This record gives sequence, C-alpha cells and structure tokens, in this order.
Amino acid sequence: MDFVKPSIEYAEIWPLLVIFGVACLGVVVEAFVPRERRYLVQTVLAALGLVAALVGTIMIAGELDVLGDGQARGLIGVEGSLAIDGPTVFLWGIILVFSLGGVLLFAERRLEGGVSAFAGQAAALPGTEAERQASTRGLEHTEVYPLMMFAVFGMMMFPAANDLLTLFVALEVLSLPLYLLCGLARRRRLLSQEAALKYFLLGAFSSGFFLYGVALVYGFAGSMDYADISEAVSNDVGNSTLLLIGLGMLAVGLLFKVGAAPFHNWTPDVYQGAPTPVTGFMAAGTKIAAFGALMRLFYVAFGSERWSWQPMLWVIAILTMVVGAVLAVVQTDMKRMLAYSSVAHTGFLLTGVLGVQQASQLSDGEVTSMQAVLFYLTTYGFAMIGAFAVVTLVRDSGGEATSFARWQGLGKRSPLVAGLFAFFLLSMAGIPLTAGFVGKWAVFTVALSAGAWPVVIAAILCSIVAVFFYVRVIVLMFFVEGEPEGEVASVTRPSILTSATILVGLAATLVLGILPGPVLTLAAHAGEFVR
Amino acid sequence: MIALHGGETIPVVDPTSADGVFSLLWLIIALPLAGAAILLIGGKYTDKWGHLLGTALPIGSFVLSVVMFFSLLGRADDDRQVSQHLYTWFEVGHLDVGMDLLYDPLSALFLLLITGVGSLIHVYSIGYMSHDPRRRRFFGYLNLFVSAMLMLVLAENYLGLFLGWEGVGLASYLLISFWQHKPSAAAAGKKAFVINRVGDMGLSLAIMMFFVLFGSTSFTVISENVANASETQVTILGLLLLVGACGKSAQFPLQAWLLDAMEGPTPVSALIHAATMVTAGVYLIVRSNFVFELAPHAQTAVVVVAIISIFWGAWIGCAKDDIKKALAGSTMSQIGYMMLAAGLGVAGYAFAIFHLLMHGFFKANMFLGAGSVMHGMDDDVDMRHYGMVRKAMPITYLTFAMGYLAIIGFPGFSGFWSKDKIIETALADNWLVGLCALLGAGVTGFYMTRMMLMTFFTNKRWEKDVHPHESPSVMTVPLIVLAALSVLGGVLILNDWIVDFLAPVTGVGAHEDPPLPALVISIIAVCVVAVGVALAWVLIGKRDVPREAPQDVSFVTRAGREEVYGNLINDTLVVNPGRHAVAGSLVLDDKVVDGVLTGGPMAVGALATVGRRVQNGYVRSYALSLLAGTLIVVLALLAVNLT
Repeated sequence: MDFVKPSIEYAEIWPLLVIFGVACLGVVVEAFVPRERRYLVQTVLAALGLVAALVGTIMIAGELDVLGDGQARGLIGVEGSLAIDGPTVFLWGIILVFSLGGVLLFAERRLEGGVSAFAGQAAALPGTEAERQASTRGLEHTEVYPLMMFAVFGMMMFPAANDLLTLFVALEVLSLPLYLLCGLARRRRLLSQEAALKYFLLGAFSSGFFLYGVALVYGFAGSMDYADISEAVSNDVGNSTLLLIGLGMLAVGLLFKVGAAPFHNWTPDVYQGAPTPVTGFMAAGTKIAAFGALMRLFYVAFGSERWSWQPMLWVIAILTMVVGAVLAVVQTDMKRMLAYSSVAHTGFLLTGVLGVQQASQLSDGEVTSMQAVLFYLTTYGFAMIGAFAVVTLVRDSGGEATSFARWQGLGKRSPLVAGLFAFFLLSMAGIPLTAGFVGKWAVFTVALSAGAWPVVIAAILCSIVAVFFYVRVIVLMFFVEGEPEGEVASVTRPSILTSATILVGLAATLVLGILPGPVLTLAAHAGEFVR
Repeated sequence: MIALHGGETIPVVDPTSADGVFSLLWLIIALPLAGAAILLIGGKYTDKWGHLLGTALPIGSFVLSVVMFFSLLGRADDDRQVSQHLYTWFEVGHLDVGMDLLYDPLSALFLLLITGVGSLIHVYSIGYMSHDPRRRRFFGYLNLFVSAMLMLVLAENYLGLFLGWEGVGLASYLLISFWQHKPSAAAAGKKAFVINRVGDMGLSLAIMMFFVLFGSTSFTVISENVANASETQVTILGLLLLVGACGKSAQFPLQAWLLDAMEGPTPVSALIHAATMVTAGVYLIVRSNFVFELAPHAQTAVVVVAIISIFWGAWIGCAKDDIKKALAGSTMSQIGYMMLAAGLGVAGYAFAIFHLLMHGFFKANMFLGAGSVMHGMDDDVDMRHYGMVRKAMPITYLTFAMGYLAIIGFPGFSGFWSKDKIIETALADNWLVGLCALLGAGVTGFYMTRMMLMTFFTNKRWEKDVHPHESPSVMTVPLIVLAALSVLGGVLILNDWIVDFLAPVTGVGAHEDPPLPALVISIIAVCVVAVGVALAWVLIGKRDVPREAPQDVSFVTRAGREEVYGNLINDTLVVNPGRHAVAGSLVLDDKVVDGVLTGGPMAVGALATVGRRVQNGYVRSYALSLLAGTLIVVLALLAVNLT
C-alpha cells in the first residue's frame, strides 16, 4: 500500500497549531510545574499563545491570494479539509480577541478574595469536608486554561472545516472542554454541575443527529468534501430524500450549537449554571464559531440547494426570535435574561444568514449576507463579553448576585458600573449610536433585499419586545423608587484584568456604533467562502 | 451671469481656490471657536484669565479679517471670490457636502463688522460683567457666538450656513437666558428658541428643496442652475428663505421674541440682538439673490414684510418706557429698512448691506450706551426713572448722541446716507413703498428723540440711593470708537464705493431715476425727520415726565406698550390652539395608544407564561423538544421540496 505524505499548508494554518500547541503545553505544565507557580505560567502561556495566533491571523489575512472571480480569497488546504479564506481569518480574529477577553476574566482573582471563579477541587463533592478543605487551602484548578485553549482550537477549526468529518471533529473538540468548564463553578456548585451534565447530555444527543446527518449526506453524495457535495447537489444525482433528511439533521446539530429554537432549551440553564467568565467566553466564542460553520456548510456545500433550506431557516429564525424575546420578558435572573437575549440574537443572526443571494443579484456596494453576519457577530461578542464581565462584579455575601431583586437601585450605589451595563444592554437592544444598531440594520437590510420581509417584520416586532426587557433592567437599576426588599448587591472592585475586558468591550461597542465603516469594510474585504 | 429682463445681470458664484493669506480663512472661525472650547471646557481653571483670552481671540480674527480685506481690494474686480475646501463634511448617497468656505466682498464686509464690533463689545464686557461670578462662561458663550456667526457668513453652501445659523441660535439662547436665576430670562430664552424654530423650519425646508432640485446645497452649483427651475419652484424657495429670514431677523410675523430677548446682558443685546445676528436674515436674502431675482413674487413678499416690520417696530419704540425694549423696537424697524432694500432687488442689495453696517455701528453704540447708563443707575431700565443723566455721564451722553444723530438721519451722519439711499431706491421702484419708508424715517425721529430726552434731558427722576457715575474707560473707549464710526461710516458711499465693491456679488442694476431729484428727496426726508423730532420735543421735552406711566392713554399708546399685541396674536392663533392640541393628544395617548400598547405586553406576558412551562429544567423534556424540533425541520424540508 502506498502511503502518500499529506501536504499541509503550515504557512496558512500555523495560528491554529499555535493554539493547539499551547493547549498541549498547558497539560504538560500541569504535570511538571509546582502548584503555586501554575497560575502565572498558565495565564501568561495562554495569553501569549492567543496574541501570537492573533498576530499570525492578521498577517495571513493580508497575504491571502485572490481567487478566480475575485469574490473569494484564500485556499483549501490540508488535503481539502480546511478552508483558509477571508471569512475564516475574520472569524479567527474575533474568536481570538474574545478568547483573550475570556482569559482575562478567567484569571481574575480579586473578586473572590484571591482565588479564581473556578472550584478549588472539582472532584470534591459539594458540601463535604474535602470541599471545605480545598477552599481553605486556597486550591484552584489551573487546568481551565488548557481546557479553554482546546475549546479555542475547536472554535477556530469549526468555521474553517471544509469537509463533514473535520466539521464533526471540530464540533466535539470545541464542545468537550466547554462541558467540563461549565461544571467548575466555585459557588453554587450543584447548579453548575447540573448545567454541565445537561449540556453534555443534550450536546451528545444533538451530535448523534449530526453524525447521522453526515452519514446520510455521504450516502447521497458519496463524499465528505463540501465541493463534491455541492457538485452532487447541483447535478441532482441520487435520492434527494436522503439529501434532505441528511441536510435537516446536520442543521439540527449546528442549530443546537448556536442555540436556535426549538434547540435552545439548554441555553438558559447552562448560561446560568456555568461560571460567569465561562458563560461570557462561551456565549461569544461558540456562537461565532458555530455561525461560521453553519454558513460555510449551507453556502458552500448546499449553496445550489438554497431554495430548499431557506424556508426552513425562515421558520427557525422567526421561532428563535419570538422565543428568545418573549421568554426573556419574564426572567428574574440576570444571567438567564442574558441567555434568552442571546437566543434572540441567534434569531437575528439567522435573519442575516437566510438573506444570502447570488453575487450577481446584489447591486454594487450593497451589504452582503456574509458581511452583515460577520459584523453582527463582532458587535454581539463585544457586548456579551462586556455584559457578563459586569455581571461578575455585582455581588453580595453569597458571591455573584444575579437575581433582579438584588440589582434594584444599583444605579444609585454604583452609577459607573450600572451605566456601563446599561450601555451594553442598549447596544443589545439596537439603540442607535451603539454597535448593536448597525448590526441589526445590516442583517435586516440583507434579509429584506433577499425578499424575506416576513422574517424582517417578525424581527422588528421582536426587537420592540426586546427593548422592553433590556430597558426594564435599566429602570430597575436607575429609576425604581423605594427601599429594595432583602439584601442588595454591591459592586466589588475588580483587578485590571476584568476592568480592561469591560473597557475594551465598551470602547468597541461605542466605536462600532458611531464609526462602523472600517469594520464593515473589513467584513466586506473578507469576501466570500472559497469553494 | 444670469441675465434678467431690463438689462440687469446677477453674477453666479464662481470662486477661485484660496491661496496666500486667504488660506488662513479657516483660522478666522477657529480662533473664537478655540476660545469657546477652552473657556467652556476649562471651567473654573480659566476663571482668572478667561475674559482676556476670550477678548484676544476675536481681536485676532479681526486682524486677519482686515488683512484679508486689503488683500481682496488688491485683486481685480472679477477675481474677488475665493473659496477654501477644508474637508468633506459628509457624503450620503448623492448628497456630498463639503466644509467649504467662501470669501467674497459680501462676506468680507460682514467679517469686518462681526469681528470689529464683536471685539469692541468683548472689550466693553470686561468692564460690564466685572462683578458677575460667571463672567468666564459669558465670554465662552460670546466666543461661541462669534465663531458661529463667522461660519454663517463664510459658508459656501446652505448647510454650512445652516450650521452657523443654528450655532448663533444656540448662543443667542444661552446668552438671553444667561441670568437663568431670573424666571423671566429663562422664559425669554425659551421663547426666542421656539420662535426661531419656526424660521429655521423654513430655512431647512428650503435647503431640502435645493437638494431635491439641484442635487446640491452649494452656492456655486445652485446659482449656476437656478435659471433652469420653474418660476413656481423658485418662488416657493424664496418664500421659504423669507420665513427663515423673518425668524432670525425678528421681522413680522416672527418678531415677538426680540423684545423679550432684552433680558440678556446688555452687551449681548448690542452684539447679537442689534448689530450682527439679527441681520443674518438680511444676509440670507442678499446671499440668495440668485433665487430672489428670479422670483418677483417672493421679492414683493419681502417688501411687504419689511414695511409692516418698519412700522410695527417703530410703534413699539414710541411707546416703551424700558430703554432696551424701545431700542429693540427700533432694531426691528431698522432691519425692516434693510429687508426693504433687499426686497427691491439688484438696485437695493448694496444699500441693504450699507444700512446694515451703519446700523451695526450706531445701534451697538446706543445699546452699549444704554448699558452704560444702566450700569450707573443700578441696572434700572425704566426711562421714567432717568432724566438729566448727561450731567453725570458726559462721555456716555456724547457718544449716545452721535448714535442718535446717526439713526435719525441727521445730515452728514452715517444713518443719513444709508437711509436716504434706501428711500431713494424705494421711491424709484414704487412711490407707495417709498412713501412708507419716508414716513418711517419721521417716526424714527420721534421715538429716538423721545428716548434721548427722557434719558439725558428733562427733569431728574432718579430712584433714591442712585448716584449715576461715568463708566470705567474699558467701557467708554468702545463707546467712543463706535461713536466715531457712527459719525463717519458714511464715507463708504463716497463715489458709490460700496455699490461697486459689492457688484461682483449683488450684480449691476439698470439705473432707474427716482421721480424727483436725489437732492430734493434728501431735503424732504430731513424735513420729515425734523417734524418727528419737533413733535417729540413738544410732547416730551417741554413737559415734566411723570415717574409712573400714565394709564389713561390712547389705544395707540396702549397697543405700543403691549408690543402691538404681538404676543396676544401668537397666543390666540398658535399657543392656545397648540395647548388644546397637546391636551387632546395627551388624552389620545392615554386612552388609545396606551390601550393598544398595554394590550401588546399583556399578550407577550401570557405567551411567555405558557412558554416558560416548557423550560421546566428536566433534561428529558429538553431532549424531547430537541427531537420534536428535528422532526419539524426534517418534515418541513421534505414537505417544501417533495410536493
């Protein structure tokens, strides 16, 4: 049997390898570096790895070759399994930026009085002597950093995957560390562990569907490769029922990851139970990666079958927006409210995804679906990370105080922090002069130009409902008169790590709102997927 | 050139790019703007020296203006339009607006007036506001005003003009209500702001229409293409611009704010509400000559508005006992003259600007004089408490007298030349209009003499404990300079200099001979004024002025005291119906809109309560919903594609 050495384009994928290397190195560090030094070594290692990868991504972005018709730049490498193109590097860039924010939040130790937000000893049962000892000895898990880096590796691979198997591997690489991270909260450990288990079970369930979908599509096309699938689809070979069921099941796996209704049920429970830094990292990173993968799968592999999946996405998008916006209205917990808000955002993003059109149908300079979604993801990520970072600051004697009742009158006690949170909420609501407005405008425009006006009307109505629940929190913080019942939360002063994350989120949200041009241009410059 | 019937032509705006000293054009605006920024942002740290900086910067602009003025004189007649492109202000669709400046003879004269008189008033304010704890802020606002006014007259397009227009409106609002602790001042600021909105609406509609018709707001483009528009369109444009001009220049029917605006500190009244800002309407019309020349009906409207305003303002001036309000009435009346001249077309533009400049000198002079008197009289503004002030304040008296002689048109003084030219042109155009202008001059003679007599002559009627004294020299020096200008300003008309100078902007008129020789008209005008003065002497000068205003007076006087019922008219026609409309819409909002809107959230809430049940926390039901979702997705795909 001949063994052919695969050709690997190291020059284009090295940021991916850096992240993977740092993750492995992190495991080695856990084994060999003394416990007291691990925190510093791990954080610095993770941060340096992310910065190096970010620099690499930017360099690669500048050097991608323009292909054929000029719509796309980049190449399909690693024997056809990874596509390094404009959208990929754009997504890599924002994933790495938000992961850096995640590392900073992970490393925050001032809020918990010298230890991180993660359990001292995850193996100790909640409420036992062992747990108490772990906490009095000030133990902490520095394994979270390698875990996170593995997740980042998966997130980067996910949108770049160019065949179904790589896609599946990336999906699992991204998910498994996150399942673990979700169960590692220092406080309310039972809730956290329950969340992790739920996430894992449901994730496994949806992966099952996904894998079955892979099998069916392979059955139809006889190949895992997107390009081959696309060719098979346009030539209409084989049994189209097979294709449609397979397509539906693949969609389920990805829609589960982005948290679209009716596959969203895990979101509130997991967002609430997971340690808040993990929630922030996951809310931004997973959604970006999964939307990238979703778009590549649908646009590249099933692009010529657009008419068959667009109606399905219409329904899912409307359902997702309605569920997210309506259910957020009755929430009384900040993290759950943000979780439902993220579901609603998924719906808005899907509105952008289904607005895809042939390049020839677009007038010159019109916003493309890709551009709109990429921009929206950027604004969404900044606002989400910033908002969750603020949530970590608002605490009472039992740790983070996420119940609405605790937040009453926060605006009078800590006007600055409450004002920052209000700003992030306004951006999520899409109020002009914040980034969220431009993002919403972009996705609505592309959907409208693709003729999806019923979705846009639903989206606008849902935006109105959404404004209600965001502003309700602002009213709660600033305008509710009278003494709150029970204990109230106050703001704990964070270290520079969390402050920096919040400030970057704030600055980005403000700048993208006032001057969206450069990032929109950057997103436009990303061009189309390579095929 | 746009040729008009009757051999008149008006030039199109066609500037050359700025070079040499003109490349510093932006600095003229930037200097006072920087002053405003430093004083307003620097806050209390600039308290000590803020007023000095605030005075120095407009003087800097004045020096630049003078240098540029002489450089402009050094150029050939047809090369006196210079434009400077600073940057692209914004670009939306086909609307491409540059931050462009235009320097031509018209803006050159305005620059000299604004920075010159403005600087003098800044100097004066150092003394006038010396005891005010918020003096630094006052200078910040004044600088803001000056820069906005300069933007207004330097802009090369209507949007830039509008930026300055709104800027001076803002500064005016801030300065009228500068003593905000007085409810009357706060209300006056608000009133000025609201009434000005009406005018601004006219101007902004005009700008939108320019954009729709010509795809641009630039003077250059519009003046080139305006001849292609239909007469109806141009007439509408002219009327909209007139509405804008009426608001800013306090012309009928948008005049009611000007008298209340006297609540502001007196230097403000002198600078903004006499010499510069209120003349912006006249500037707008002269600058838009390419529109008005093609819209004779709009020009007629300008003339009608002007004549009503001349008499309306004069009537108020005759009856008010408050010295500043009487002066404000006079301002309205004098701006009426300028509008009249501007409405007369090519023959009148230059005289409108000429009178505007002269008025800037003598009215600023008299306002500052009034301020000086008030300064000495413990801020009392009631002329019935004055009398014989000339003994206590000789310099103020003399300078005021120069302003007085100028405004009534005493032969040789500046106002004589400028008003005479307007009457002459009006008579040549239409004998009825000319007659009105002539009559207005007589009324001016009456009310100004009344003011002069009540303040500086007649019996002493001072309040107890008031000891008038001459103001410090920082206040009297500007008075002297302005008095000199009031006397000598007329030199600009020698040899028709100002007419020729402005010709590249206003065009060359076909000379129309007035029905009588110019000399005869002048003599008649002087006689009419003399009658007015004599009447005032008989009615006021020869009697004792009562300290309390007599109540058993004729309707005419009562109407004058009530500002010719301008407020009553506004209240009846606009304010009260507006209140009722607001009350009605409030009811509509409470009952109908809120009813619908509370229905919405209730429905959402009910939906949410149902939806929540699905979110019960059990993984098994989540998995079930996942499964159901999968079925839906797959079935939907199959249903859509296989049917």
